[in-house]
Amino acid sequence: MDTSKPDNSGYTEPGVSGMVADWAADKQAFDMPWGKLMMWIFLLSDTFIFSIFLTGYMNVRLSATDNWPNPSEVFALEMFGHHLPLILIAIMTFVLITSSGTMAMAVNFAYRRDRRKTVLLMAATAVLGASFVGMQAFEWTKLIVDEGVRPWSNPMGAAQFGSTFFMITGFHGMHVTAGVIYLSIVARRVARGDYEQKGYAIVEIAGLYWHFVDLVWVFIFAFFYLW
Amino acid sequence: MQHTALADQTLELHDPHSFVTKYIWSQDHKVIAIQYGLTAVFVGLVALVLSGLMRLQLGFPDTFDFITPSSYLQFVTMHGMIMVIYLLTALLLGGFGNYLIPLMVGARDMVFPYMNMLSYWMYLLSVIILMASFFVPGGPTGAGWTLYPPQAILQGTPGYDWGIILMLVSLAVFIVAFTMGGLNYVTTVLQARTRGMTLMRMPLTIWGIFTATVLGLLAFPALLVSAIMMLLDKIVGTSFFMPALVSLGENLDYTGGSPVLFQHLFWFFGHPEVYIVALPAFGMVSDVLACHARKNIFGYRMMVWAIVAIGGLSFVVWAHHMYVSGMHPAFGFFFATTTLIIAVPTAIKVYNWVLTLWRGNIHLRVPMLFAIGFIFTFIHGGLTGLFLGNVTIDLPLSDTYFVVAHFHMVMGVSPIMVLFAAIYHWYPLMTGRMLNDALGKAHFWLTFLGTYAIYLPMHYLGFLGVPRRYFAMGSTDFIPESALSLNASITVSALIVGASQLIFLFNVFWSLRHGEKAGHNPWGATSLEWQTPDVPPHHGNWGPELPTVYRWAYDFSVPGASHDFIPQNEPPDAAHPTSDEHDERGGAI
Repeated sequence: MDTSKPDNSGYTEPGVSGMVADWAADKQAFDMPWGKLMMWIFLLSDTFIFSIFLTGYMNVRLSATDNWPNPSEVFALEMFGHHLPLILIAIMTFVLITSSGTMAMAVNFAYRRDRRKTVLLMAATAVLGASFVGMQAFEWTKLIVDEGVRPWSNPMGAAQFGSTFFMITGFHGMHVTAGVIYLSIVARRVARGDYEQKGYAIVEIAGLYWHFVDLVWVFIFAFFYLW
Repeated sequence: MQHTALADQTLELHDPHSFVTKYIWSQDHKVIAIQYGLTAVFVGLVALVLSGLMRLQLGFPDTFDFITPSSYLQFVTMHGMIMVIYLLTALLLGGFGNYLIPLMVGARDMVFPYMNMLSYWMYLLSVIILMASFFVPGGPTGAGWTLYPPQAILQGTPGYDWGIILMLVSLAVFIVAFTMGGLNYVTTVLQARTRGMTLMRMPLTIWGIFTATVLGLLAFPALLVSAIMMLLDKIVGTSFFMPALVSLGENLDYTGGSPVLFQHLFWFFGHPEVYIVALPAFGMVSDVLACHARKNIFGYRMMVWAIVAIGGLSFVVWAHHMYVSGMHPAFGFFFATTTLIIAVPTAIKVYNWVLTLWRGNIHLRVPMLFAIGFIFTFIHGGLTGLFLGNVTIDLPLSDTYFVVAHFHMVMGVSPIMVLFAAIYHWYPLMTGRMLNDALGKAHFWLTFLGTYAIYLPMHYLGFLGVPRRYFAMGSTDFIPESALSLNASITVSALIVGASQLIFLFNVFWSLRHGEKAGHNPWGATSLEWQTPDVPPHHGNWGPELPTVYRWAYDFSVPGASHDFIPQNEPPDAAHPTSDEHDERGGAI
């Protein structure tokens, strides 16, 4: 290496110009494996998809000509003789947020190279995710069979209530399902020891996706069920 | 902690052995780029033929029995959609993006070659689905390329039953393909640059493609969502975009939807899409101009920031496509203002291109001719954009041929000029042979003068108030006879320009075998893609050792240097003055 500093790594300046110089230095803009950056960028793109779904939903809800049903009543259940609004959604949300916790622990154990605990925690995450999808299926069935809500019509008011509900929760449910499959594949490979050479960044990458799906649910919960 | 980029791991690159793994199921970015390019050019030719058919009807009404009003609308729709999405976006990003990114930043391949390969196959699938719509009952959709509901999915619009469904599905598949490719392009630029290739040493081509890909990743979601919602409206019977309406004397089941929502979603994608096409073209034309003027690009740092600023601003101008949708005047004011602001970085770029040429050692070779032609057509189309960006001027001109002329000058002809410049410029690298010069010049002059013969008169038609998308004018009082003869002359020019593309196709195929051998770096270019050990570059691009970059990509005509260019990977030498200090500050400005 000659003196004309073609290699800018380790070349730092103070302040903002130093930050820019670091970020613009050669080889890598971000100190992470490329797969992780690619997942972040994908999630940014996916954020736009969900934001536009939710923006579209808000627009449709404001311009609908019929009454919008009260979600806390539509999604109420009779349990143990009590009338509990939003109880199923509360449980679903709790399950999904718990699964984020088990996922974070799995990432931790993966970097410590504790394969057994990693696999167990990833499996737990996948099971919690699958039970979320199961409860969603129950909720859909109740809405379709008992309440008579359809994508194109709704006995309780605006037809767009059913349209947006099935579209957005369906799209999110597909994300959760894909995540369960993704986690199962990665967990199986971790169990086989496929990543002993390459390192366990893949667990964190799968975790990023999972936390994202979880975060999106929080927004759907807020905008669809609580509004 | 340094993470090993895939580009450094030769082990990850499986060397292909059979014909199939080398040229069909290839993971090599260069082969994928050529696959993208050939597919895009093929559908582009289909769209070119469609435009010829449209012009035949407009120039000589009542002459061609096989062009019915329905098929005319179908030609309009398919021409527009194919050209914008399946030709320009795919060729600029899937084709040139794939070919140039790893070579220009000094990587062995994209970071995720397998997904890159899938991207091409999904793109091919979307093209097949789109082409299939020509063969279904009712034919392709005739809703206009903007696919506005409610008419797009209602009886009475051609292709309302099958064509529109295939169009929307094809768009969704295309978006999946673009996302898989786009993630690769962005990540490769950010994480797989070679030693010394800082962001501010990247050629402007890479900056353009990189920023355009980021725009694509953020804008295509809007099109995906609107495609899903319209599919549900069409197939399931939801009412996202469909208000209660009476069609053909029948009360439809739709109720309470919002057609304007679709317009917002479509243009939230549609306006960034303009720059998804324009920014790679801006970048490539900058490199072609600098190389053939033997001069550094004027204001490199300004050029980079202008690209980034245009990219950012392109997300807040979308409703200038909707001035006539009945929006609140305050919104019109806002979107007119942002539209005029975006002209500032664009004008900076144009000035810098002209100043790059100023006192340069200009070689009028074919790529340069096309690049200079681009400056003309782009200034032309850009200025009419200022007319249309103002609400008060847009209202009378909306939906006239003035819009068609503006749009085709700025987004049709201009990127196509750059694409031709780029093909003539990089063909020697891709094939090892030069394209024929005389044929190239004939192709340029016919195309350049021909497009002016087509689109200049359209501005006058627009001022007369001739509406676009009409199958025939009929006996309309305000349209004089002379407008019809102008239309005939436009049609003749369009057919000549269309036919002159055959010269180009012939040149491309003839030169594959009979072209002059290009040898190493025939244009005397500085950027890394010309410094590969083999021409055309082999699998893995760089041989055993990745190149090291010591300077920016614009060291042309450096005083005292032994050649009039210094490649990016040439080490600084005490005997020659270098522009390295100069480079640390980002070039001359």
